[in-house]
This record gives sequence, C-alpha cells and structure tokens, in this order.
Amino acid sequence: MSAASSAHVGAPAGRDGSAIPVLVITALILAAWYAACLPMNSNLPQLQNAAGDLMARYQIAWALERPVLPAPHQIVVELYNATIGTSLFRQTADGMVPNPRNLSFHAWVTLSATLLGFVIGSVLGIAIAVGIVHSRTLSKSLMPWVIVSQTIPILAIAPIIIVALGSVGLTGLVPKSIISAYLCFFPVTIGMVKGLTSPDTMQLDLMRTYNGSAAQTFWKLRWPAAMPFLFASLKVAITISLVGAIVGELPTGAQAGLGARLLSGSYFGQTIQIWAALFYAAVLAALLVVTITAAERATLRAMGARP
Amino acid sequence: MSGAIVPGRQGGWQTFFQLFNIACVGTLLAMLLLDRSPAQGWLYWAITGAFWLLAWDINASLSSGRSPFAAAAGWLVPLIFGGTLLVLWEAVCIGAAVPTVLLPAPSLIAAKVAASTPTLWADFVQTVIRAAIPGWMMGCLAGFLLALACDRFDFLRRGLIPIGNFVSALPMIGIAPILVMWFGFDWQSKAAVVVVMTFFPMLVNTLAGLASAGHLERDLMRSYGASWFRALVSLRLPAAMPFIFNALKINATLAMIGAIVAEFFGTPVVGMGFRISTEVGRMALDMVWATIAVAGVAGSAFYGLLVLAERAVTFWHPSMRTG
Repeated sequence: MSAASSAHVGAPAGRDGSAIPVLVITALILAAWYAACLPMNSNLPQLQNAAGDLMARYQIAWALERPVLPAPHQIVVELYNATIGTSLFRQTADGMVPNPRNLSFHAWVTLSATLLGFVIGSVLGIAIAVGIVHSRTLSKSLMPWVIVSQTIPILAIAPIIIVALGSVGLTGLVPKSIISAYLCFFPVTIGMVKGLTSPDTMQLDLMRTYNGSAAQTFWKLRWPAAMPFLFASLKVAITISLVGAIVGELPTGAQAGLGARLLSGSYFGQTIQIWAALFYAAVLAALLVVTITAAERATLRAMGARP
Repeated sequence: MSGAIVPGRQGGWQTFFQLFNIACVGTLLAMLLLDRSPAQGWLYWAITGAFWLLAWDINASLSSGRSPFAAAAGWLVPLIFGGTLLVLWEAVCIGAAVPTVLLPAPSLIAAKVAASTPTLWADFVQTVIRAAIPGWMMGCLAGFLLALACDRFDFLRRGLIPIGNFVSALPMIGIAPILVMWFGFDWQSKAAVVVVMTFFPMLVNTLAGLASAGHLERDLMRSYGASWFRALVSLRLPAAMPFIFNALKINATLAMIGAIVAEFFGTPVVGMGFRISTEVGRMALDMVWATIAVAGVAGSAFYGLLVLAERAVTFWHPSMRTG
C-alpha cells in the first residue's frame, strides 16, 4: 500500500542489506564537516593571526571558543557536559529545583508540550476526518478550509496564541501545546480522510450486502483500512508537534525549553550551545518517531499484516 | 422545464425561500453589526444563531446534489462556509465585546490591511518573493536531483535513504539561528533556511515515488529493453508525480514557515516575521493579524497554483476521481 503521505519517516535502516552504505555516507559527511571547519572559521581573529602549517591551523579551528562552525566533537562534548556532566537538580532556599543548566531539563519542558499537543492534535484530527467522511456537507464546507488553514504559516500565529492566551492567564505549557496541536492536526486529518475512504467500492458494497450499519462499516472496514495511513500521519505529526513546541518558545523569550536555548544561544553567539540544543532536539525527534514506528509494527502485526 | 416535478430534485421555490430568509436575517444582523453598539440580549444572539442555521441549511441542500445550483457547489459551499465563519467571528467579537488583544474583529483587520498596504507589500516582497520562493525552488530542485542520483547509484540510495528519513524528521527550523549567523540578517539567510527545510522532504518523497511504479510495468519496460533513462522518463517519473507534488505542496507551506520564523532570529527592519514579532511586542495585534492575513492569502495562492498544476499533471491518479 503506497500511501502518498508526506515524508515516509522512520523506514527501517537495514531493510535492503547492510548498514555499510549508511556508515560510509555518514563518515563522508563527518569528514566534510571537519574539513569545512577551517574555511568557515577563517575570518575569526584567532585564525587570522595564527601562523603555522595547515595542521596547526586546523587544530585551532577545531577547538575555538565561539566558532562559526564548531567541530562535531565539540558539540558532543558540550552535549555530554550539559546533560550527564551537570546535575539534574540543584539545592536552593526552596529545596531541590530543576537545574536550568542541564539540557535535559529544557528538553523535558519542550517534550511535555510536544506530547500534550500531539495528543490534542491527533484526537482533533481524527474527529475532523470522521466528520468529513460521514457528512457530505461537512466534507464540502470544511475540507477546503482545513487545507487553507495550513497554507497560512501557522507558526507565524504562535506569538498571537501565546499573547492571547497569556492575557486570559494561560501561560507555559498550554499555549505551546495548542500551537503543536494546531500544527499536527492537519497531517492526521488528511491521512485519515484518505485512509477512511481507502476501502474501494467492492468492499463497501460487500458491507451493504451484509446489511452492515454505518457504525459497523466504520469499525469493521474503514477504521482498520485506515490504520497504515494513521501511523504514517502520526509520524509526521509527532515531529511537527516538536517543531511547534520549539517555535512556541521563541517569540516570547521563554525561560526554559530547547527553543529558549536556541534563542539565548543566538543572542550571545554561543554557537556550540545552539548546536547542542539542535542535536538534542534531533535525538528527541528520532526517539519519538521510533516509538510510533514500534507502535505501528505492533498494531499492524496484531491486525495480521505480514512484515 | 416542462413544469413536471422531477422526483428528488428540489424546486426553485425552496431555493428562493432559503435566499429570502437569509437575506432578511443577514440584513438584520448587518444593521446590528454596523451599529457597533449591539443589544447584547438574547435577540442579538438569536439572530446570529438563525443566520448560522440558515447558512448551514443552504450548504446542506447545495451539497446534497439536488439543488439547481449543484454544479457550482464545489466552490460555492466552502465560500458560504467561510463567509459564515467571518460573519460569526465579527458577531461574537462585537456582541461579547471580546478584547482586541484576544481576537480583533475581521472588520478591524481589514481596515488595518487597507490602511497599511505599503508596509505589508514591502514585507511580502522581502519574505515571500525574495526568501520563500527562491529558497523553495532551490531546495526542491536540489532534493529532486539528488533523488535522481540516488536512484541511479544504488549505493548512494542505500546510504542516503536512512539519513534522509532521519533528517526529514528533525526540527530543521532550529537551524535558523545558525544560518542567520552564517549568511547575515538579510533575505539570503532566510532563503538558506528554506532550502535546508525543503530539501529532505523532496528527496524522500521523490525516492518513494520513483519506487512506486508497479512491478508489471517495470517488467514491461525491461522486456522492451528500455534504458534506465528511458524507463525513468516514460514510466517512473510519471508514476512519481503524485509524490513529487505532495512534496512540492508540503514544501510550499514549509517555505512560508521557514522564511517567517527565520526572521524571529534577526532581520533588517522589514519582513513578515519581523513585523509579527515587533508588533506583538507592542501589543498591536491588529497589525499582526493583518500580516497573517497577507501570509494566509499568499500561502493559499501558492498552494492553489500547485494544486492546479497537480490536477493537470496527475489527472490519471485514483485520488483525482470525484464522487
């Protein structure tokens, strides 16, 4: 079944053979990265004044304090220092509080908004899809606007949502989750409309021949048929939910979260901090997608699909 | 019409009554709204509710396929739905005296758009024409070409597909502060963000599309002795078109998002993202909404053009069937 869904994320890596091509390409990318460190940073004063041969200059370029392009190992070291190397809690007058120097704390702030938004958005998306599939009027009225709602750059509305909800006293987690939910309902709706309408006329006729009710047709035919589409959509939804949560932290100068780390890093020119936050977000996104993929495999296997 | 009543087809009279009713209620509501000092009693809300119900009724009979205007239902129904939403938005904003900070009425936003057209136009040129569209073109083209290269050289494909899948799941928008540092505050950095954001969806979707041609058709190509290039042009690229257009559409929205959000990280004093972030800081929410209205219209037009192109190119695909 070729669901023409967006990015088919999380396909198993080892399916067509060995991991060697992946390793080779990754090594090439890393090598290019290390090689690029000198030309990218060559305008910095430390390198302009540096004498010596190429190797000596590279060694300076790979160990700069605030480089234009940090070397990969610098990012890994910063990631290590900011997570495992820093205590998760610290002692203050009020007792133990989360330590804002620890990147995992920021990641948790973002992750909680992501997950809440993902749940709200997915439920909303499925509900809209069910409505669209079952009501002709709703389908004709709503479907074009669901699409239009996405051509509006939703992330641009993020500041408004935060300010508007802030004015009624909602701050912190909820506004960010609403941005995430708004972002991720769309792929779920589109995927589920496709999925719920994917049974063909023969199958629907069979249900009619059996005198199946609308509810039976839904639960025994449409819903199972929509499962592959649902999971393809959920994988897209969870990643853009994370994007929504991160961007939700940008416009208001949030104190905590991966987006706040990106913003403060860009204010103070702390490039390594930006990259570390970016890598952490990447790991988070990968873990989320892997989780959904595992749920997909388990569900499809329970439904009798052959792997 | 010979005067005989066609069974199951509603008469002109019913349509007439529907239009007459909504015209009456609409006029009442419009008078209340223009008055701007609405009686916030039950009558106001009853009229608003009646307007909504009547509009829904018209939509229901239009989309049932039995109305004399059923041919136009495809664009009339969403238009009526959207118009009704606008009217309700206006009615609720005025009737419940919603604070402007929370949600300005559409009439206020429209007035702001009319009053500050030159600013909005300059922002539009900076963000959409200079950053989003060139970035979108470059990103899509690069992703497409690399997908073709991957398809030609299997080693590249097996190495890049997992990486592409991984990267397209990443929050690429986070790269914006870095690219702003590299390429400066002007539109170049925004275009670069858009390139990075649009590249991987295109790569992944094109590869999925190229793999989507059926085995039978591919075997046919092989039995004709077709070369890789010939099979690509005659079979696999056309088969990939739904996927490619999918990526183009996804990327159109991503491009707008990328160009706007990148401006949150530093920009010259023009551009939609700059406008939004500064006006939010000044609590001038009507200007923010005006910018978003422009962004919405631009994004929808962008998307709409792509849908038209898609219909022309992939008319054969099952998803294009109606009914």
